[in-house]
Amino acid sequence: MKHSEYLIAKPSKGSAGQTGLWRSFRPVYHVERCIRCLLCCFYCPEDVIEVHYHRFILFHYEYCKGCGICASICPEDAIEMVEEEE
Amino acid sequence: MRTLLTGNYAVAEAVKLSRARVIAAYPITPQTTIVEKLAEMVEKKEIDAEFIRVESEHSALAAVYGSAVAGLRSFTATSSHGLLYMYEMVWWVANARVPLVMAVVTRTIGPPWNIHTDHTDLLTMRDSGWIISMAENVQEAFDLTVQGFRISEEAGLPFTVGMDAFQLSHTAEVVDLPSQQDVDAWLPERRQPYRIEPEDPVTVGCIGPNEYTAKLRCNMAREMEKAKELVNRVDEEFGKSFGRRYGGLVEEYRLEDADYAVVMTGAWSGDAKDAIDMLRKEKLRVGMLRLRYFRPFPQKELRKLLEEKEVLVVDRDFSMGHMGILGIEVSSAIGDITNVIAGIGGVDVGVDDFKMMFRKFADKKLRKIEWWPEEMFL
Repeated sequence: MKHSEYLIAKPSKGSAGQTGLWRSFRPVYHVERCIRCLLCCFYCPEDVIEVHYHRFILFHYEYCKGCGICASICPEDAIEMVEEEE
Repeated sequence: MRTLLTGNYAVAEAVKLSRARVIAAYPITPQTTIVEKLAEMVEKKEIDAEFIRVESEHSALAAVYGSAVAGLRSFTATSSHGLLYMYEMVWWVANARVPLVMAVVTRTIGPPWNIHTDHTDLLTMRDSGWIISMAENVQEAFDLTVQGFRISEEAGLPFTVGMDAFQLSHTAEVVDLPSQQDVDAWLPERRQPYRIEPEDPVTVGCIGPNEYTAKLRCNMAREMEKAKELVNRVDEEFGKSFGRRYGGLVEEYRLEDADYAVVMTGAWSGDAKDAIDMLRKEKLRVGMLRLRYFRPFPQKELRKLLEEKEVLVVDRDFSMGHMGILGIEVSSAIGDITNVIAGIGGVDVGVDDFKMMFRKFADKKLRKIEWWPEEMFL
């Protein structure tokens, strides 16, 4: 390994492991209330909300940490945080 | 072309001829006219560069950190409190192994508020991993700036050109300015350890395992060690193309047959050389070893060239609680020395001072650490 490579990191999916396991609350999407503003996608710090052709948005639960920013930013309460079961 | 330039304008010309592409700086006396001149060149389209106006020195170095990592030859300049304000970025740039050049026009750190030269500001960079050079005259400030880009890019370490406030920065001297063609032929394409590019996204400044830090520091220390040979080689190659050689890490002046050797750095070395010439006529065998580079530190040269000589280190800086900073460094290489602290806060020290100082040294009338002139500190 060249020394300069210690100074840079290449972005890759899930390089910190399956961070979805950290989640206590799960975002649940209510498509009927969604106005397609996409604020949830812009605000998601983990880039785990995908714009989807059929369902419009799709959560990647393997990496969603359940921070709740999407639910908080949603102007129509179309995302609900539901406690994860054991 | 021979022309009359101040130190600051000479550095600006060197940056132009080195084809720097990004310049960011915040004004501070006595550095301001370097970047003022460069801003004018950018405005007149004499130089194909972007001038980024920033709100602080911290941002100035941060901006060129970014442009240099993106692969562009970059330059900034500062002094004293400006350098202290950018101090965090000084370490970021070095530890990230970013080649770029910065001019530090040495200026006293306040209070009392003082715009005149001493070297303590520059020497705060000592442990950070920058290559630190110091010019004696305007021509050398120009030459070091051009050489700085080459050395920095080859070593993968940032490079500082130090020069004294006013004595060089605002004093006009005759300078031999090479043509653009000659500098282009001498200065290779920019290279660097890594770069950021839109097609190949990477994260810089990210967290890493502790071992990465340790390995990087060790590698940096080794590169710095290798830079000694590089500095000497670049000095030689520059000499072949432009006819001026200075001796690499150190310059010897009437040193070989000297019984007494003076070690110092910066613009006042010229006055001290005049004093040496006068004392030689009076049969006092005194010579000088001028430190052109402070990092990497030339301990091998010091050991070889100062062997069996009485050594006086003249500092224009001080490490509180110990002694002059060059004094500390030189003792670490050769042991026992006498240390004069002079010119602090820009107090004028001229040829007569040096003559008297060196004579007193030879007569063993100086203390181990002597603040000069004695009567000022009674």
